[in-house]
Formats: sequence, structure tokens, C-alpha cells
Amino acid sequence: MVLCLTAVCLICAAILGGVYALTYNPIQAANQKALESSIKVVLPQGGELSDALEAQSEGVSYQYYTLTEGDEVTAYAVKSTTIGFGGPLTLMVGVLADGTVYNTSVLSHSETPGLGAKCTTDEKFTSQWKGFSPDKSLKVTKDGGDVDAITASTITSRAYTLAVSNAVALVKSLASNE
Amino acid sequence: MSKLSLITKGFIKENPTFVLVLGMCPTLATTSSAMNGLEMGLATLFVLVLSNMVISLISPLVPDKVHIPVYIVVIATFVTVLQFVMQAYTPSVYQTLGLFIPLIVVNCIVLGRAEAFANKNGVLDSALDGIGIGLGFTASLTVIGIVREILGSGSIFGWKFISGDGILAFVMAPGAFLALGYLMVLFNKLAKK
Amino acid sequence: MEILLIIVSAIFVNNILLAQFLGICPFLGVSNKVSTATGMSGAVCFVITFATLVTYLINQYLLVPFGLEFLQTIAFILVIAALVQMVEIVLKKISPSLYSALGIFLPLITTNCAVLGVAITVVTKEFTFGGTAHMLNLGESLVYAFATALGYGLAMILFAGLREHLSLNSVPKAFKGLPIALITAGIMAMAFLGFSGIC
Repeated sequence: MVLCLTAVCLICAAILGGVYALTYNPIQAANQKALESSIKVVLPQGGELSDALEAQSEGVSYQYYTLTEGDEVTAYAVKSTTIGFGGPLTLMVGVLADGTVYNTSVLSHSETPGLGAKCTTDEKFTSQWKGFSPDKSLKVTKDGGDVDAITASTITSRAYTLAVSNAVALVKSLASNE
Repeated sequence: MSKLSLITKGFIKENPTFVLVLGMCPTLATTSSAMNGLEMGLATLFVLVLSNMVISLISPLVPDKVHIPVYIVVIATFVTVLQFVMQAYTPSVYQTLGLFIPLIVVNCIVLGRAEAFANKNGVLDSALDGIGIGLGFTASLTVIGIVREILGSGSIFGWKFISGDGILAFVMAPGAFLALGYLMVLFNKLAKK
Repeated sequence: MEILLIIVSAIFVNNILLAQFLGICPFLGVSNKVSTATGMSGAVCFVITFATLVTYLINQYLLVPFGLEFLQTIAFILVIAALVQMVEIVLKKISPSLYSALGIFLPLITTNCAVLGVAITVVTKEFTFGGTAHMLNLGESLVYAFATALGYGLAMILFAGLREHLSLNSVPKAFKGLPIALITAGIMAMAFLGFSGIC
């Protein structure tokens, strides 16, 4: 009886080990692809993309990628996490060297479907980030800024805006150091 | 029972959601849109068919006293295989369904079919039974998803036919209970006459 | 403060039954009477907290160091099944009165997805209590598990109270039994939605 249960467990563990080994590479590739495609969306075409780099800003460490053309860094893609309504909200934010936001893309979120989750689909909200000028204020209009929030999802919009604002601040400090 | 009726019984006569009332957790949690319901149903179908087949093969060898733990291990194995495959080839679906993929292990439908059908029948019949019940489950989940998506966001399978928002409550938790409750009333009216 | 947030969030805001849909089968199955609902809640409370402790330790000190995270689902469900059996045996020996109160519910708990759900959640999900996204440590996990179980009990007992009253009323034939129960649960979930956003 015990023997049978042990045998079944061992066989199953072995099968799982095998499948794990088989799918390990495809899973890594899929994750890599998701990351790369989000970087591609938020950065301009052309130039050479760096590997993942790390930087600190106000005690928080960020992962970022740079885009170089010739010798000059033209844009940065920063992975930025803030806290939304339902949990962590992670964005990939593309910022040009002068502080202009090129585009943003959501990597992962746990916002309410139909409300905060619209931060991935709401055309009016997502398109305003394209070319968001550094002169404008990175706060939602309710807080006196220039970001139009998603209807009925102020907390998500604030979190999204904060993530972008953190990324822009990081790029500014990186750009001034070079 | 004929082979065909093994497959068709899951839709009405032994519908896992509306008649047997099994597997309520994924039914309520993942049906916020038609597509999510369909994907969850298919994921369960996959585990159901494979675990039914394996269990019908090994059940003569398993001592009676440990049959439940052995079935659970077999089911958990297939669920984990499904997790890997989904992570590798459909990562976005995996992210949407989240926790409810590993929780297929404790979906009473899967263990219920193993106990009620697969351990007394042949491989082919068990596979067909898995397909039938799985398709029935998928159909119910998709229907609930369609209803909630139409009412909640004014779209079907992501295709929007009214602009603006729907009744948001239907996308959120309360709508799951309400939609299932009213659909069950409808099912009782139509099917149990 | 952070502990308080975890407790309020787990009991009210993210109520395991009404917001996360875990453990619905017993929620609908044994909620006809307040007394059985209380018994079930007690048993669930006990098992969720205990199972979270054991699975957390197994994950931390056995699966992660050896790179065996891929066995998580299978290991957790086996641990929970074994644990439920063990609790049943120990309870029978030590406290027969408690056993006779909870005993019949214990075998049902193995397939209660709330237990596995909480066990998997605490080792995989990042929480955002206290302003930063982080994994829970052992103490916080236990608090979270216990509070979740309290939320389970709260929703379950309230629901059973409603259903007791409901059974005295005349309900249209097609609504009898589960449909009206589900609609009641929907209205309760709507009430619980009012807690969202407070932490």
C-alpha cells in the first residue's frame, strides 16, 4: 500500500522533472519575448539596445535598458513598479534622453476588470503617454496635473502616473550623470 | 451507453455546472469575460481527459485504501504539466487565469469523474467521458462569460458593440453570483420540465 | 499597523469567498444551517492556518533550496491531504467532543480549494501592505491565513443565517435551492464590495 503510493509519487515527480526540463527553455524564451516586445513598443525604432542594467533612485533599484545610436544614448526603457488598487502595477516606460515619455506598456497588473484594468486597453488613457512632454506635470488632473485619469479609476491612474514619473526622474538623473 | 451519448451528456443531462453543481470556484472566478471562461473550460478539459485515461489504466493496480491519494497525485501531475505548457506557449492566458490553474487539482469535477467513472471503465470510454464532461463545463463557463461580458462591458469575445461602460457589477464579484443564479433559474425552467 | 492592514484586508476587502471565490463548494453545500456552517468554519480555520504553516516551511526549506518549485502543487496538495488525516486522528484521541463537532467536515476540507489557494497565494503572490510590493514572511503569512479563515467563517455564518430565514419564505419554484442562494450571495458580495479601497 505504502509502496504503491511511494511508487506513484516517484513516477509522477520524475515525469514532472522531465516536463520541467523540457519546458524550461520555452518558458524562459516566452518571458524574454514578452519583455523584448514591451521594450520594442516603448522605444523608437533603430539604434542598439543594451542588456539589462541596474540603477538606484531614492533607495529603490530599477532595471533599465538603454538605446544607443552612434555614441549617444538616445532613449531609456525603465521597468517601474508602483502599487495600484489591487496589487503591484509594473510598467515598461520608454523615455527619451530629454525626458519626453516615448510610450508606456503594462507588464503586469492586478487591477479590477472593467475598471482599473482598462489602463491596458483604454485608448484615451494609453495614447496620452505617447510623446508626453517634460514640461507637463506628471500628476492626474484631479491632483492639479496634466494626466487624464481613467473614469472611476483614480487610484489606478495615480499609480500609473507615479510609475511613469519615477521612471522619468530616474532617466533625468541618469542622463545628467553622463 | 453509446459512445456518442458519453460525449453529449455533459451538455444537458449531466451538466457539471447547472445539474451536478461541481467546480463552482473557477466557474465564478474566471468568467468575467467569454474568452476567459472558454480558456478555463479548455484547461480543465485537458486535465480531465488525461487524468481520466491514466486513472482508468492504473486503477486495477492501485490498492483500495490509497486510491484517493494516488488519484490526487495523478491529477496534480497533469495540472503541473499544464502549468508549464501554458507558461511556455500561452503566457498571457496563464497570467489571466492565475491561481485557478493550479487549483484545478481540487476541482471536484476532476476527482469526481475519476471516482464515479474512470475507475470502472475502459480507457476509451473514460477519455470520451472526460471530453463530454469537459465540453459541458467549457460550454457553461463560456455561456456565463458571454452573459457577464455582454452585461458588464457591452461586448462579446472582446468585440464591442456598444460604446461606453456596461453594468460594471457584472464584471466584478457580485455579478458572478447573480449571473450564475439567474442562469440556473433559466436552466431549471427550460431543461427540467 | 501593517498586521492590522493584513487582517482587515483579508477579512473584509478581499474576502476569500465573496471576492476571491475560493472554497465555494462548502459555502453552498453546508450553509443550510448556522450550526453546521459554524462547525465547517471552525474546521476550515484550523486547517488553513496549520496547512499554511507547514506548506510555507516546506516550500522555504525543502523546495526552494533544491530548486524543486515545480513540485509545488503536487507537494502542497499531498501535505494538505496528509495533514487533514492527521488532524482527524489526533483530534479523535485528544478531544472527542471537538472531533464530533468538526469530524464530519474534515474529510471534505482536502478538496476545499480555499486551503490550497491560500497556501499557494502566500508563497507566490507579492502583497502590497505598507506601501511596497513584497512577499510575506512566515509570521505575516500565518496572520494572513488566519484572518482569511476568519473572513471565510464570517461570510459563511452570515450566509447560513440568511438561508435559514430564506427557507421559511415561499420562493418561486425555479428559484428554489441553489439559484436563490446564489442570488443572495451576489447581494452579499455587493455589500462586501463596499469595503474595497479602504486599505
